[in-house]
Amino acid sequence: MRLDVIFRATMKIMMPFILVFALYVQFHGDFGPGGGFQAGVIAAAMVILYAIIFGLDAAKRLAPPRLLEIMIPLGVLIFAGVGAINMMLGGNFLDYSVLAHDSVHGQEYGILLVEGGVLITVAGTMTAIFYLIAGRGR
Amino acid sequence: MIGFEDIVAHYNHWITVFLMVSGLYIVVARGNMVKKLIGLSIFQTSVYLLFISAGKILGGTAPIISEDYQVYSNPLPHVLILTAIVVGVATLSLGLALVVRINEAYGTIEEDEIFAEDEQ
Amino acid sequence: MVLLTLMAIITIGIVRLRNLFAVVILGGIYSFLMASVMIVLDAVDVAMTEASVGAGISTVLMLGTLYLTKTEESDPGHSPLLPLFVAVVMAGVLVYATIDLPPFGLADNPVHVHVAPRYLDYSIEETNVPNVVTSVLASYRGYDTLGETAVIFTAGIAVLLLLKGRRKLKPGPKRKRIKR
Repeated sequence: MRLDVIFRATMKIMMPFILVFALYVQFHGDFGPGGGFQAGVIAAAMVILYAIIFGLDAAKRLAPPRLLEIMIPLGVLIFAGVGAINMMLGGNFLDYSVLAHDSVHGQEYGILLVEGGVLITVAGTMTAIFYLIAGRGR
Repeated sequence: MIGFEDIVAHYNHWITVFLMVSGLYIVVARGNMVKKLIGLSIFQTSVYLLFISAGKILGGTAPIISEDYQVYSNPLPHVLILTAIVVGVATLSLGLALVVRINEAYGTIEEDEIFAEDEQ
Repeated sequence: MVLLTLMAIITIGIVRLRNLFAVVILGGIYSFLMASVMIVLDAVDVAMTEASVGAGISTVLMLGTLYLTKTEESDPGHSPLLPLFVAVVMAGVLVYATIDLPPFGLADNPVHVHVAPRYLDYSIEETNVPNVVTSVLASYRGYDTLGETAVIFTAGIAVLLLLKGRRKLKPGPKRKRIKR
């Protein structure tokens, strides 16, 4: 792995673009194809690519396993929390209409928050599983 | 008896059936656990194909509302299958983790060797 | 149609080959073909997910597992006739059942008349999200997605539990091979 100068340099240049693409897929998911799952998987794929080129230890410094273990439940909590907040504001569970003054904006915010929760859980889970399976052989 | 229209009307379904029974055959006939998992995912993928074929309308376009189009394919199967794909990869990774543990405990991932070892 | 036929051919390859490494790579090709079919069938979101999940993440995880185990599949001890018989009978029954399915792609098929037009007509008005798949996924059928996120969470926790600890056995315990 030490000798792959081209790979390493290319990876360094590509990484921000992959991340920006993941965010684009996430936030443009309302208007084109995309959403939380796809963005989460793309973000996880970036970490996996980094691990393949720079080695697993470097990737674990980039995305520490402790952080991933926080991300996995955090996404579910965000999702369920949005639902619970709706209930406190007087709506039904996961009925986003009460989040803002008019129901259409409430729906938009709700969809955005929920997709964020999905993104966090999917990215965290996929990266954590990869770390475990890749790190097992050593 | 079966005309060209019938073939076009059901080709997707027949490919679905073929993929499904191939997955079934792999799961039943092969003893290697990784191969069994691949067979399960082929089985799963055939279900994706069945649902998405049902949602297609000829002449329609992807369900992203725009003023330029009038006919859209059915979005509901897409949502269901989107969920199914992600759940599928979650269960697949769980299966792979089990395979890794089985390999550590038995030193093999072949089904009949594991049975033989259990009987000793 | 060509893509579907190619997929069937790849599947035959997957069934026949014994080298698991080749099988996993064929599985990646299969996933990309499936993604192309999804694009043809107008399911762009599904195609994107299938390409990134099926061909990307699953292939990487499979390769990682193969590295930990072995790449050659041994010969199954029994004859494949019985499973083949089961598969053929199953295929016959299913093909017989497809004759009754509504033909592919007509606009007045039963699936298209009931719930979907409601989503297509009111998505913009109610949520201001043009991509109906996103609005149905996150808003109309939010319970499904919540449950599905919970499934991913559970799978992640289960894998963590299974693989997190130190391995107790030494790698390759060199147990004696079982004779058949």
